[in-house]
Amino acid sequence: MIPAPFDYVAPSTVDEAVRALADAGEDAKVLAGGQSLLPVLRMRLAAPTTVVDLGKIGELKGVRDEGDAVVIGAMSTHYDVQRDPLVHDHALLLARATDTVADPQVRHRGTFGGSLAHADPAGDLLAPALALDAEMVIQGTGGRRTASAAEFFQDFFTTSLAPEDILVEVRIPKHTGWSAHYEKFNRVAQAWSMVAVAATVRAEGGTITEARIGLTNMASIPVRATAVEQALVGRSADAETIRAAAEHAAEGTSPTVDGNADVEYRQHLARVLTGRAVEAAMAG
Amino acid sequence: MRITVTVDGTGYTDEVEPRTLLVHHLREKLGKTGTVVGCDTSNCGACTVHLNGQSVKSCSVLAVQADGGEVTTVEGLARDGQLHPVQQAFRDNHALQCGFCTPGMIMQSIDLLADNPNPDEEAVREGLEGNLCRCTGYQNIVRAVRDAAGHMRPGAGPEAEQVADGERTTTGVGGDA
Amino acid sequence: MTAMAEPEVGRARVRKEDERLITGRTRWTDNIALPGLVHMAFLRSPTAHARITAMDTSAAKEMPGVIAVYTGDDLDPGGEVGMPNAWPITPDQKTPRRPMLAQGTVNFAGEAVAVVIARSAAEAEDALAEIDVDYDDLPVVLGVDDAVADGAPLVHEDMGTNKSAEWIFDSAEAGSGGDVQQAISSSEVVVTRRFRQQRLVPAFMEPRSVVVDPTAPQLTMWSATQVPHILKTMVAMTLGLPEHQVRVIAPDVGGGFGGKLAVTPEECAAVVVAQKLGKPVKWTESRSETMVSAHHGRDQMQDITISASRDGTITGLKVDLLADMGAYLGIVGGGVPVLGAFMFNAIYKVPAYRFSCTTVFTNTTLTDAYRGAGRPEATFAIERIMDELAAELGMDPMELREKNWIKHDEFPYTTVSTLTYDSGNYEAATAKAMQLFDYDGLRREQRERRERGDRVQLGIGISTFTEMCGLAPSRVLGSLDYGAGGWEHAAIRMLPTGKVEVVTGASPHGQGHETAWSQIVADQLGVGFDDIEILHGDTQSSHKGLDTYGSRSLTVGGIAVVKAAEKVIAKARKVAAHLMEASEDDLEFADGKFTVRGTDTSTAIQDVALAVFAAHDLPEGVEPTLDSEAVFDPENFSFPHGTHLCATEVDTETGRVRLRSYVCVDDIGKVINPLIVEGQMHGGLAQGIAQALFEEAVYDEFGTLTSGTFADYLLPSAMDLPSFTTDRTETAATSNPLGVKGVGEAGTIASTPAVVNSVVDAVRHHGVNDIEMPLSPMRVWRAVHEGDAAAGGPGAEAGGGLGSIDSAHGGAQ
Repeated sequence: MIPAPFDYVAPSTVDEAVRALADAGEDAKVLAGGQSLLPVLRMRLAAPTTVVDLGKIGELKGVRDEGDAVVIGAMSTHYDVQRDPLVHDHALLLARATDTVADPQVRHRGTFGGSLAHADPAGDLLAPALALDAEMVIQGTGGRRTASAAEFFQDFFTTSLAPEDILVEVRIPKHTGWSAHYEKFNRVAQAWSMVAVAATVRAEGGTITEARIGLTNMASIPVRATAVEQALVGRSADAETIRAAAEHAAEGTSPTVDGNADVEYRQHLARVLTGRAVEAAMAG
Repeated sequence: MRITVTVDGTGYTDEVEPRTLLVHHLREKLGKTGTVVGCDTSNCGACTVHLNGQSVKSCSVLAVQADGGEVTTVEGLARDGQLHPVQQAFRDNHALQCGFCTPGMIMQSIDLLADNPNPDEEAVREGLEGNLCRCTGYQNIVRAVRDAAGHMRPGAGPEAEQVADGERTTTGVGGDA
Repeated sequence: MTAMAEPEVGRARVRKEDERLITGRTRWTDNIALPGLVHMAFLRSPTAHARITAMDTSAAKEMPGVIAVYTGDDLDPGGEVGMPNAWPITPDQKTPRRPMLAQGTVNFAGEAVAVVIARSAAEAEDALAEIDVDYDDLPVVLGVDDAVADGAPLVHEDMGTNKSAEWIFDSAEAGSGGDVQQAISSSEVVVTRRFRQQRLVPAFMEPRSVVVDPTAPQLTMWSATQVPHILKTMVAMTLGLPEHQVRVIAPDVGGGFGGKLAVTPEECAAVVVAQKLGKPVKWTESRSETMVSAHHGRDQMQDITISASRDGTITGLKVDLLADMGAYLGIVGGGVPVLGAFMFNAIYKVPAYRFSCTTVFTNTTLTDAYRGAGRPEATFAIERIMDELAAELGMDPMELREKNWIKHDEFPYTTVSTLTYDSGNYEAATAKAMQLFDYDGLRREQRERRERGDRVQLGIGISTFTEMCGLAPSRVLGSLDYGAGGWEHAAIRMLPTGKVEVVTGASPHGQGHETAWSQIVADQLGVGFDDIEILHGDTQSSHKGLDTYGSRSLTVGGIAVVKAAEKVIAKARKVAAHLMEASEDDLEFADGKFTVRGTDTSTAIQDVALAVFAAHDLPEGVEPTLDSEAVFDPENFSFPHGTHLCATEVDTETGRVRLRSYVCVDDIGKVINPLIVEGQMHGGLAQGIAQALFEEAVYDEFGTLTSGTFADYLLPSAMDLPSFTTDRTETAATSNPLGVKGVGEAGTIASTPAVVNSVVDAVRHHGVNDIEMPLSPMRVWRAVHEGDAAAGGPGAEAGGGLGSIDSAHGGAQ
């Protein structure tokens, strides 16, 4: 299958990219890593008139240390994020989740920002971004602004990005010394997550002092399991506590139904996998 | 758009439509039919090549995105008539039957060995999760990759294939000629 | 005398085929480019059942690069062309015409309705969107139960029914056994189950492709097919072409698994279009097209009743099938379930048997042969119900099998379904498998886990299977109303330099014939393995053949090669005797040399070949050629068998199944190349296991295939499968001189029930006695938590893949 024809521009700065998008109007598409977009174009599920490739914009790549936050350029590839020492030290949950994204070839091309902007509820990086209180730095025709992960993800494949907006970078508050685990459940290795749980915790002397838990594919947007977090914090991290806390995992979720799972089963999985994710995170 | 891509050590300059996928450019313009297309959704990995030192699915890269880049395909692996150790290992271990997935399998195997020169079975299976084979049940592919690991010099991988500027042959003839 | 050379047969030769495949010097059909080549793209119906009320192609014709746009009526104004069905299973079978492009109505989503021809593939695809088709929706018929219900809407209104045919075998009528109804009603134990064989997609890796060159009087067609010879004859018959002016070439073909055993509308349309335009044309499908338009496999509802006495002796077996054919009959079509009819009784001594099958039309992609074709379905049913019978009797499932199987000293054995199994040793294969598997140790662990109430339970699944393969003999196929024979052809050409060309009518697409046939010929003629070239897949060089499917290549085609070699030697013997001035009777032939018995006078077969080429000094009346050909038609099928043991770990909290170990010991008779055999087993196992756990072609209520991409149709990757332990026992087939049996389908046939039995065994103590395939985590979890009644769950396995992307909201970056 071959995409429908389109015009192609590859700006070298974010400003140019925003301008190109504004010029091209509603039917433009941003090309980041292209690992979701290209199959969509090939199958002609979308036929943009213009594709704006961010691949030539150097300023969108790389990870840097900004005091209390790690800042990840939107065009950093999954491969780069997986291996970045700053990410490992301060946002381990993201590294763990990125390890599970697609396959090695896709991780070589696919980008962090692209995955977030695509906003597939089954995508593996949304829940970690939410759990880690990531802040999106967005540039549009009106200049730069930020959006919290909670504001950013709005619906299935829908974010707060306007058509001419570019996701520039993602600021992740440092979670230094937190342990983390991403528990992914799918039918075959290549398949999207049916449900996944992103858990990161901080413990002192066997007591959980802080916990952040995000759920993948339990609603049209990533969901934070705050009831579980509350049930964990201040308690000793024994199996019984974790299991009891995990029972709250499905609260407030509204998962979709497909052939792989109905609502009851997805919510059940969320509870089971949350317990396992927290246990695995605690085990290091 | 006019693009220049170095493929298997030869530079090619061609006029391409922006929508042209890298794999179609390789196959149809440059005659690199060793690289094949098996699906529409980037699941099968049959089209895997190395782009600037990393394995990619060439059905999910636009040819224009490869402008200025270096591509290695399965056709560029053998040197001086000598098979690449991974190619040899695929043969020795009966790691292919119909052979359609094989180019992609070989290219991804080389990439995974570059990341992990001595992988255990689990690591090989994980490294090949983006490549589908319908014939072999994977067992002999896994065996071949581990066999190849024993025959490869450290550091041999996609990076090593990149040709220094001076070594590059003169611009080849693209399909327009 | 020199020592005998090591025989080639039996050696683990690395394959001759591989060098070009690992270096990318391949010849896939899509690689072929001809001067002036134009490209075809098909517009496919988005709806499963509709009347086409209008079609406007005028805008498409104006698109850049477009050369022509044709509808069904353009290609076949008389509405006369229909794709062949070569196996009318009953005289009154209903066989709807399957046109090249839909005419009047579309009967499944994905059926082609128009074709665009353009200068590039991209331009052809672009123009599809400009074709305007008006569809008037008709009621959609889905599922065999609904299709045969009273008052069901009809797929083909003019036929008046959705039933294509009903085929029955009754052992009481055939005289091969008793009356099954009587057996069941008088038995102490009766177990009944309904099994569903879900629909599968063959999913060969190379998408189909066809190139037709009409620019010479002889039309040449390259096709990614596993049946070039059948295709040549069928295309000629279907389109009314002179067969002698058609050449079909199957170049490198990237897998088939039955999925390329077809004569397709696209192939025929390519011929018609090429002839209309006078230009070479190419069509290469996208994977999305494969999924909806290439035939699917399996898709049966099986009602099985088995009866036995309390001690476990089987008394009767009754099988009632509804087989979903899809919207039309493919080339084998209804023959697929009929092939299974002979295999439900499997390795067991069944005194009374009745089989009935109704083939049914629905508004779906047609089904046809897929690896095993009828035999996996049968093997699944019998091996599953043997486990259920064992559970009912409180017997160990292996003990029950052993009680009923044919003992090694009872061969040849004529079964209740009238086949005569020539050889086998189920005891030996089972003993070896049990030992490799550590059956007793795993049973112990299973008990311990149950007692502890482990979250992860262990199950053991058994499949002691046999199959009939090596499709031939022609006589039997004829008695089943199959439209062709089952023989195979081979020819051997002795070249002047002593090299050998072997022509085979088998048509490999991954099986390794070039290597295996070379090994056979090397031994037969005493020439070097590397001095032999195997020619195949081009009807100009290999003019005669019936191609590759049904695990027939070696047991039929390989034997034809042996027979041809014997003729070469017979011819050479005359010449050698003449050259050495000896009597033919005094010559011994070994290691490629004719030796005058009791002397050191000898001449090599290569020298004889050169002498024959020169033809200066040949015996009176001898033609100057050693070239020979043979057509072999065996007396019987071959009956490989084996014991497959599977251990699974079932996470009772999530329903996830993990394969812990898989051991199989297969008896495929003599082995030509153990490396190739092992590869066939591995791949077969992977496909069978994938049916049990992962794969399903799912239609929604509108008849749309929702598992229409590889993102939604779940094929296992390396991560999803374990390493298998494969071993063999060897009981030579008596039906052919090499003692070989088929191996291509064995793994697929045997493994599916082994996996399902294993999972059911793991959770049987939860009250589970069946789980529908594929054993998705949700189905397993539900079975564990609610008992088997709810184990079916929603049929749809798709979802979460690309099909779920809503392009309107695609914030893709």
